[in-house]
Amino acid sequence: MPSANFEEQQWLNVNVDHNEWPGLAKSLRDHPDLNFDYLFCLTCIDWKTHLTMVYHLESTQHRHILVVKSKLDRTQPDIETVSGIWRTAEFHEREVYEMFGVKFRNHPDLRLLILPDGWEGKSPLRKDFEDPVNMVKL
Amino acid sequence: MDVSQEFPSNPQPGAEKTDASAQEENKSYHSFQTNAAATRPEDSGFPGRVHPTPSGGILVTAIDDVINWARSNSLWPLVFGTSCCAIEMMSTASAKYDWSRFGFEVARATPRQADVIIIAGTIVNKMAPVLKRLYDQMADPKYVIAMGACATSGGPFFYNTYSVVKGADHVIPVDVYIAGCPPRPEALLHALITLQDKIKRGLTKEQINGS
Repeated sequence: MPSANFEEQQWLNVNVDHNEWPGLAKSLRDHPDLNFDYLFCLTCIDWKTHLTMVYHLESTQHRHILVVKSKLDRTQPDIETVSGIWRTAEFHEREVYEMFGVKFRNHPDLRLLILPDGWEGKSPLRKDFEDPVNMVKL
Repeated sequence: MDVSQEFPSNPQPGAEKTDASAQEENKSYHSFQTNAAATRPEDSGFPGRVHPTPSGGILVTAIDDVINWARSNSLWPLVFGTSCCAIEMMSTASAKYDWSRFGFEVARATPRQADVIIIAGTIVNKMAPVLKRLYDQMADPKYVIAMGACATSGGPFFYNTYSVVKGADHVIPVDVYIAGCPPRPEALLHALITLQDKIKRGLTKEQINGS
């Protein structure tokens, strides 16, 4: 995997390119030494210059934890879905879609999860989200 | 409890604020002295004065007093807890702090059988029409207690959130506010007693507006 680089924080972090992530994901789950079959967190972080997708993976057999991060462009945040590999990603990716506007390709049911109707495309958890009615600026 | 035979001369419409160091009422209640031989139902809190007669006594009272006394001593709350204040409400309802000592015996699940709605928790934009509908389904006389910082003013979510209503009184009229995040069970009990006093003194909205 030429483009991945590793960091050691609380858990081992891997930064991958968002185009190479789907290939890596399947081998992370299927390789017998790795066996990452439990995706316990899927979120997105909004650094003001770009977005970062964060995946927390754990192996129920070997009990190790891995964190995978991949940078996304703010203007076109597109990434392949991992809900075919870890089924729990369906709901988490729906939430990231509604809060940050990240489009997941080949997602079986990509729509708003908790926000009511009319919040399509608004992406409230982005740093540049403005709401003069509800949000009071200090 | 002392007997009050006169309505306050300056009724203050609107809600009262109460918190852990709350002000006690500084109203003076007149206690009419009766003969020593008279039985004293007013000792039990029942409003009225016994007029002694040779064959016993005649209880003299005002109907409004009796109705207010009866209503305030039997307020059934609606089960409405959206957020962390609900935990404190549950602990007030259970054995250690026990609000059923004050008459809040049964917490009804349906608003049609409830008297008071204790808004324990955050009201988000999605919940606001639900709260309005529950309030409309309650039968008069109905009272509202806004428990905790979120129901009073939006609380910790006042700034910088896209989804929280800044205070339940944007949705329904509130009688008693409680400060705290979450307020102690004793504070909730104090607020319930304050609501009872407010009803007994005739200061709630419908009593002032004459329904």
